[in-house]
Amino acid sequence: MTRELNIQSLILRSASQLLLPLLLMFSIFLLLRGHDEPGGGFIAGLVAASAIALHMFAQDIHQAKRVLYADPRDLVGWGLVFGVISGVPAIFKGQAFFTSQWLEFTMPILGKIKVGTPLIFDIGVYLVVVGSVLLILLTLAEAED
Amino acid sequence: MRPEVALPVVLPLLFGAISLALWRYRTAQRVIGVLGTGTLLAAAVWLLLATWRDGVLVMHMGNWQAPFGIVLVSDLLGAIMVVLAAISGLATAVYSLTAISKRHEHYGYYPLLHLLLAGVNGAFLTGDIFNMYVWFEVMLVASFALLILGGERAQMEGAIKYVTLNLVSSAIFLSGIGLLYGLTGTLNMADIADKLADVEDTGLITVIAMMFLVSFGIKAGAFPFFFWLPASYHTPQVAVSALFAALLTKVGVYALFRVFTLIFTQDVGYTHEILLWVAGATMLTGVLGAAAQYEFRRILSFHIISQIGYMIMGLALFTPLALVGGVFYIMHHIIVKANLFLVSGLVYRLKGTYELKELGGMYRSHPILGLLFLVPALSLAGIPPLSGFFAKFILIRAGVEAESWWIVFVALLVGLLTLYSMIKIWAEVFWKAQPEEHANRPAPGPKGTGVMYGTIAVMAAMTVFIGFGAQPIYLIAEQAAHQLLDPQIYIDAVLGDRS
Repeated sequence: MTRELNIQSLILRSASQLLLPLLLMFSIFLLLRGHDEPGGGFIAGLVAASAIALHMFAQDIHQAKRVLYADPRDLVGWGLVFGVISGVPAIFKGQAFFTSQWLEFTMPILGKIKVGTPLIFDIGVYLVVVGSVLLILLTLAEAED
Repeated sequence: MRPEVALPVVLPLLFGAISLALWRYRTAQRVIGVLGTGTLLAAAVWLLLATWRDGVLVMHMGNWQAPFGIVLVSDLLGAIMVVLAAISGLATAVYSLTAISKRHEHYGYYPLLHLLLAGVNGAFLTGDIFNMYVWFEVMLVASFALLILGGERAQMEGAIKYVTLNLVSSAIFLSGIGLLYGLTGTLNMADIADKLADVEDTGLITVIAMMFLVSFGIKAGAFPFFFWLPASYHTPQVAVSALFAALLTKVGVYALFRVFTLIFTQDVGYTHEILLWVAGATMLTGVLGAAAQYEFRRILSFHIISQIGYMIMGLALFTPLALVGGVFYIMHHIIVKANLFLVSGLVYRLKGTYELKELGGMYRSHPILGLLFLVPALSLAGIPPLSGFFAKFILIRAGVEAESWWIVFVALLVGLLTLYSMIKIWAEVFWKAQPEEHANRPAPGPKGTGVMYGTIAVMAAMTVFIGFGAQPIYLIAEQAAHQLLDPQIYIDAVLGDRS
C-alpha cells in the first residue's frame, strides 16, 4: 500500500509557490544578520530546510529535489569544508586557528560593509543544516513512496 | 603562534569534509584516504619534534585566552599519542585499499575514518575537560557508524552493547565534569589542577576522581567494565577492528593518564591503590578470557584488555620509572595490536574464516605471513629483543623497585599466559594441518594481498625497530613521564608563569 505524500490542497499549493521564495530570502537575511544580532547559520539553515520541506508537502518530492538542485549529501560535505576553511586564514597572519579576520570596505548605495571569516563559518553551518535536515526528510519521503 | 598544535585536529576534519563532499567518486575518496592520513602523519611527527625541542606547546583557539577559551595543549604524551594515531590511521587507510569492499566504501567509510581520527586527536590535544568530552562524542559517533558499516546482525548486537556502555560512560564523565566545575568554577584542566590545590573538601575530590575512573575505565576496557569490548570488536570490517584496537581504548587510557597525573594527585595513596587493583584484575581477566576463545579476533580482543592492565599498572605505581613504562607500553601496544588484527584480516582473506579449528597449514602455504605473524605475536608476549620485552621489563622493574610484589607476579604470569595464547594461534593457524572438511572453504582470494602484506611488513618492522632502538624511544618516554610527574610544567605552559 502506498500513501500519497502530497496533500491535495489548492490553497497550500498556491501559497507555497509564494512562500518558497519569501522563506528562502528570509533565510538569507537571517544568515547575514547573525553574529551580533539574533540569526546565524543554524537558524537560517532550518528556515531554508523547512521552506523546501513545505514545498515537498505541497507539491511532491521531485519538485522539492528540483528546487534544492544539489544532492543534500554534497551540501553537508561542502558545508563542512567551508566550516574548516574559515579557521585557516588566521594562520597566515600568525594567529591561532579560528581567530576572526575582518575586512571593511565601502560600497556605493550599501555603505560600509564588514565581512569576516565568521560569515564563511556560518555559510558552512547553513549548508550542513540544510543538507542534513533534507537528507533525513527526503530519505524518509522516498521510503514512503 | 604554533600552527602545528592544531594541525592534527584540523587536517582530518578538512580531509573528512572533502571526502564527504566527493562521496560519489570512489577513487578520489581512496586517494584522499591515503593522502590525508599521510599528511596527518607528517604533521604529527612535526608536532612531536617541536614538542621535544621546545617543551609544552599551547594554542589558544580563536585567540580566546585561557582559562576562558578552549586551548589545545601538546605535551610529550599528547604528541606521542597523536603520532601513534596517525601511524595506525595511515596503516588502516592503506590496508583498506584492498580490504574494504566497494559496498562499504559507498556507505561513507573514508569520511568516517577521517572523522574518527579527528575525534581521537582532539581528545589527545585538548586542554579543556569539557572539550575532551565533546571529542569523545565525535569519536563515539564515528566509531558507532564504522562498527555497523555493512549492517549485519552480529554487528548490530555488538554495537548496541558498545553504544549503551559508552553512553553510560559519557554520562558519568559529564556528571564528573559538572561537579568539578561546581568545585572550581573552571573547565580548563590546568586551571582546575591549579585551583584544586586550594580546595579543602578533599573527600569530594576523591569522589569525583572515582567517577572519572569509572568513566574512563569503561572507555579503556578496564576491569570490571570491559565486557562491551570482546562483544563488539570482532564484528566490523577487519580494518576497522584494527583501528579500534589501536586507538579507542587507548583514548581512555590516555584520559586516565591525564587526569590522574594532572588533576587528581591529592590522595595518591588511595586513588592509585585502587588503580593498581584495577590494573591487576584487568590483566588477569583479559588473559584468562583469551585462553577460552577459539576465534582469531576474539582472542586478540581479550588480549587488548589484558594489555590495558599493564598500561594502568604503569600509571598506578606512579613512580618515574613506572610512568616511563606505561608510556613505552602504549607505544609498543598500538603498533603491535593493530598489526595482529591486520594479520588476522589477511588470514581471513586467504582462508575465508577466523575460526582456529577450521584453519591450519598456513606456514606451509604462506611462510612469509607466518614470520610476519610471529614478530608482533612474540612481541606481545614480551620475548626479547622485540618491543614488548622492553615495555614489560621497564614496568616489572618499576614494580620491583616499588616493592609491589603481587602486581609483579601478576604481570609476569600474564606475560606467560599471553605467550600461551600466541602459541595457540600459531599452532592452530600456521602449524597444524588444515582439517580436510574445511580445506576448500570459499575465500575472497589472494587478489590484491600485496598491499596488505606491505602494511603488515612495515608495522612488523616498526616493532623490531622499537625493540632494537629502544634507547631513543625510552628517552622520549622518560621525558614524557617527567612532564607528567611535574604538573606545574603543564599548568605554567597553559596559564603562563604567574609566580
